[in-house]
Amino acid sequence: MLALRIIPCLDVDKGRVVKGTKFLNLRDAGDPVAVAKRYNSEGADEVVFLDITASSSKRPIMLDVVKKTAEEVFIPLTVGGGLRTIDDIRQMLRAGADKVSLNTSAVLNPGLVRQAGKMFGSQCIVVAIDAKKDPRRYDWKVYTHGGRKETKLSAVEWAKKAERLGAGEILLTSMDADGTKNGYDTELTKAVSDAVKIPVIASGGAGRPEHFRDAYRAGASAVLAASLFHYKELAIENLKKYLKKTKVPVRI
Amino acid sequence: MKLPEIAVIDYGMGNLRSVAKALERAGAKAVVTSDARKVLASSGVVFPGVGAFGPAKKNIDKHGMAESIRGTVAAGKPFLGLCLGFQLLFERSCEDGTHGGFGVIPGEVNRFGYSGASRRLKVPHMGWNRVFLKNRDGSRMFKGIPDKTYFYFVHSYYGVPSDKSWVSGVTEYGKWFCSAVEKENVWACQFHPEKSSANGLKILKNFVNEVKKC
Repeated sequence: MLALRIIPCLDVDKGRVVKGTKFLNLRDAGDPVAVAKRYNSEGADEVVFLDITASSSKRPIMLDVVKKTAEEVFIPLTVGGGLRTIDDIRQMLRAGADKVSLNTSAVLNPGLVRQAGKMFGSQCIVVAIDAKKDPRRYDWKVYTHGGRKETKLSAVEWAKKAERLGAGEILLTSMDADGTKNGYDTELTKAVSDAVKIPVIASGGAGRPEHFRDAYRAGASAVLAASLFHYKELAIENLKKYLKKTKVPVRI
Repeated sequence: MKLPEIAVIDYGMGNLRSVAKALERAGAKAVVTSDARKVLASSGVVFPGVGAFGPAKKNIDKHGMAESIRGTVAAGKPFLGLCLGFQLLFERSCEDGTHGGFGVIPGEVNRFGYSGASRRLKVPHMGWNRVFLKNRDGSRMFKGIPDKTYFYFVHSYYGVPSDKSWVSGVTEYGKWFCSAVEKENVWACQFHPEKSSANGLKILKNFVNEVKKC
């Protein structure tokens, strides 16, 4: 049986792991290569790097981080953040990323998803969706630019479109749940997961082991968390032991 | 001691850096090449690849690689097919029409049907799944690897060998499919050993050891 993937996410700024509340209070938390290695030995199933470096002139730093990581860590690596063109994507994949994650650029330019999927294969194109509950109706709105800009898109509809365009996976972050540690938005996870055939990664809100189980039950193929793993509030090994006990398939 | 030299066939389908790095970690010198002569001259060959079957086959023909692949297999040199490189060894695939493969393994490549009834059966089959070994004691490929070990998969199509004596591992995803084959010098798997952490590296080490024996 296919295991639920446990994915630690690292925010990387100018080549260093940082973690704060979105873009505020950035704290230096180490060398991404070393942190990725640690996660690999702790049993992470994949690793995600999110490049939050504001200036694109610093892009070569990230390429170097990805290169070094790919030499030492033999589990899948996804890289996202600021990738706008086919050439950006090509460089990242060449450096050793297994998948790239597109967020704002996919919304602004859906053709990029189609072209990248055709060129590099759908399996390496992840469309990341930041979604927030729309209080006016039973729906979620897509936000871009790191959650700062509201769009007219419904998260479910955009996920379906991303699949049609050739995305191989959806990374779904609930902006409402993110940072709360009260659990993933399982309604959102279920709504999107039911609407698409491709795997959905649930993100935002993980605080306790049972939250991961709930996301799995809602249909998530993978679960992502950042600070929870980073500050060792929850060890991946212990999380997997808990999940196994509650009949969620995990790789141990 | 001189490291055994293994050719990694580059035919423009996907990033081969991680395959090369993993082989180096496993104790080999990896030569990523699209030169058919270099492939034939190496002591062992890894045939990787991600992407679609049809374009892949076209690229191989464009690079004049087909004969070096057939030649390596026929010469009895250690040969390891990975993911799409595994599927291309079959006689044919139904991906986007019917395409002919190398016919090293009798059988064909089919697509997973998405089963809406079970939300679990997403396509592609992406993530870590178990490989059940068919010949635990006799397998050189899986030497030192426990039965039912998890490996990393990403694929929407799967190979169906018509001659079951090829099958060395099977995996369940809605149905049982063949996830690894092993016959004499030809080994191949649907999963990615280069992305499957310690146990994946062990398979590559087993392969490097085969190359050293030759």
